[in-house]
Amino acid sequence: MSSVRVLVGTRKGAFVLTSDGKRKDWKVSGPHFPGWEVYHVKGSPLNPNRLYASQSSGWFGQLIQRSDDGGVTWAPVGNDFAYASVPGTHQWYDGTPHPWEFKRVWHLEPSLTDPETVFAGVEDAALFKSTDGGGAWHELKGLREHGSGAQWNPGAGGMCLHTILIDPTDADRMYIAISAAGTFRTVDGGKTWQPINTGLRSPQIPDEDAEVGHCVHRIALHPARPKVLFMQKHWDVMRSDDGGDSWHEVSGNLPTDFGFPIDVHAHEPETIYVVPIKSDGEHYPPEGKLRVYRSRTGGNEWEALTNGLPQQDCYVNVLRDAMAVDSMDECGIYFGTTGGQVYASPDGGDHWSAIVRDLPAVLSVEVQTLR
Amino acid sequence: MIRVVLPAPLCSLADVAREVTLEVVGPPTHRGVLDAVEAAYPMLRGTLRDQTTKQRRPFIRFYANERDLSHESPDTPLPQEVVDGKEPYLIIGAMSGG
Repeated sequence: MSSVRVLVGTRKGAFVLTSDGKRKDWKVSGPHFPGWEVYHVKGSPLNPNRLYASQSSGWFGQLIQRSDDGGVTWAPVGNDFAYASVPGTHQWYDGTPHPWEFKRVWHLEPSLTDPETVFAGVEDAALFKSTDGGGAWHELKGLREHGSGAQWNPGAGGMCLHTILIDPTDADRMYIAISAAGTFRTVDGGKTWQPINTGLRSPQIPDEDAEVGHCVHRIALHPARPKVLFMQKHWDVMRSDDGGDSWHEVSGNLPTDFGFPIDVHAHEPETIYVVPIKSDGEHYPPEGKLRVYRSRTGGNEWEALTNGLPQQDCYVNVLRDAMAVDSMDECGIYFGTTGGQVYASPDGGDHWSAIVRDLPAVLSVEVQTLR
Repeated sequence: MIRVVLPAPLCSLADVAREVTLEVVGPPTHRGVLDAVEAAYPMLRGTLRDQTTKQRRPFIRFYANERDLSHESPDTPLPQEVVDGKEPYLIIGAMSGG
């Protein structure tokens, strides 16, 4: 019998939610690391009991926790994230140079081919790699040093490397996204990087179609078509059909094309999900109605999914790492809100319910399908 | 032996009581205490000071004898009462966050 395990990072700890394949009744475990910010928790696809958690605090800095029993017990592993060379400066909010400083780990991405290898996306933006299960970390400095770093600048949440996508057909090919720099690609396992932002337009920067400087909120791909990329940008939902060489807008009939997460159905590579948010200044759903939008055409044509979601007086946000899909026969969709709810749909978005309702603000949601 | 009081979240992390007793190798200084804490509890590395620069994290404070010693040089000798074990060396998470 299959089951699912939902890994939730919040402002004040981590929670592990489990259910059988029906995804109707849920057990809640937590808070793990109570009181600490947990930006992300993710499991290895090769060893589902191997979980990594990013635990941080303004007082005590960054820790990485590892579990080898599916989140029952945890132990701290390596937390020395030292830039591999003098990091220099990036742009500050006012356009002046600002020293690069490590602040926290936003995202942990376990390797698809080696259970001991895991990548970490950090603020200030850089990519780190561990090949010993999180014990020691070294920076893949070719990204930060590729040449445009001085032009990167922080979004409202900080200058974070928040998304890491690994091509399931080629472990050397990865995509990452940085707010606010844009999307970058490597084809040599992270030694060298190329900005891939052609087609993005951001009126918030002086040159709206610049090579870097775009506030990319999230990118996603389907494992069966790893060169088709989807992006939720600060404004605009975008799509690339050539591995990021070029992008075109697929916002279509969305009520607003601002938002944070974007994800792809587990079995339908052209079915994608976003959660429209009113604006960059008003981080809540339009009209107080929490609606997931689904496109079955890879963008442009969107339908609102509302069954079971609050349709009045709802003013939560859904952050960029807070949406995930399972790979059960009928794909489950999950997202968490800044109001502490985690919603799940066991039928691809047609019906929703809150599987837990009063957690601290949710920063991230991942799901494991256990067989 | 030096008595060191740790912030509650770090006691949970290190799985120790609020006050621990440590032997400081060499002259008893702030640096010596932090070296001893990190040697005894490696999981606390990076939580009190930067692992590379060894600078105190901004929201960490060091108190003893009702005095704030946070801004002293890391190599400043500790108060004699702390060295003698009569007073604890307090490591505090600064008041922050409302």
